[in-house]
Amino acid sequence: MRILVNGAWHELRSAALAAALAELGYAERTVSTAVNGQFVAYGARAGTALAEGDRVEVLAPMQGG
Amino acid sequence: MLELYATALRSRLLLGTARYSSPAVLSAAVRASGTEVVTVSLRREGAGERSGQGFWSLIRELGVRVLPNTAGCHSVKEAVTTAHMAREVFGTPWIKLEVIGEDDTLQPDVFGLTEAAAILNAEGFEVFPYTTEDLVVAERLLGAGCRVLMPWGSPIGSGRGLNNLFGLKALRAHFPGVPLIVDAGIGVPSHAAQALELGCDAVLVNTAVAQARDPVQMAAAFRQAVEAGHAACQAGAIEPRELAQPSTPVIGTAFRA
Repeated sequence: MRILVNGAWHELRSAALAAALAELGYAERTVSTAVNGQFVAYGARAGTALAEGDRVEVLAPMQGG
Repeated sequence: MLELYATALRSRLLLGTARYSSPAVLSAAVRASGTEVVTVSLRREGAGERSGQGFWSLIRELGVRVLPNTAGCHSVKEAVTTAHMAREVFGTPWIKLEVIGEDDTLQPDVFGLTEAAAILNAEGFEVFPYTTEDLVVAERLLGAGCRVLMPWGSPIGSGRGLNNLFGLKALRAHFPGVPLIVDAGIGVPSHAAQALELGCDAVLVNTAVAQARDPVQMAAAFRQAVEAGHAACQAGAIEPRELAQPSTPVIGTAFRA
């Protein structure tokens, strides 16, 4: 299934967000996620199903002003 | 003491963490500034990158509070979603709410700002709205539940100082009990001192320190300027006059008939 992750297309096998993050290599990382513009909390990732064409954002701490 | 959402702070200088030449310089500047609050952000990170984790470890080692921002957001939805993501990652209800309305000046979209502020305040966030000096917008933000205001001095990163002294003074006079943090446009320590002298409670500085030739020395200079400006405000300044008034007593002046 093709998923847009941080603006780039990925072909993923995982059906849920938590598994998709692990598949992408984000396991154990301090990141926050959104799917199609909606925040998905850490505890809700396992229960959040992904569908073809979904847009996933994976954000990490960064310098800011 | 400065009090922001029931958090008492000794330092009236908030420092941004962007645009430093290295993490070591950032750390040294934070320490030299005496700040207790630094701003941070969230950005996309690839699975193979580790810069975000390293940055977050560095900030935690500094032992300062973080004020996450929603920089780069141009809509209410983007800002609200980013705020939720920031609260989870940084573990704080504080959010510096930016909804940008114009790309050349990075002027806030004050309509989107008030809408996003109402949503986030209702959800338990403690919102620091990046706004203009507009009194009506300030009133709306306070009505939306904000208990701090962050008026701009001039456009972000411009270093032009306080563009509208009258507007900032009016804001101060209209909302005497609301903490005002001048955010954006501070270029040199005298700008910061000026903001504190006219009664603003604090300043947020980033580029002026980070891009200085010696950021650590500049951070220390801002620390002194903020302390001086606040002390001067408390001391009560004289009123400017049109004509000279001799400071040395004229009675008993020699060589006068």
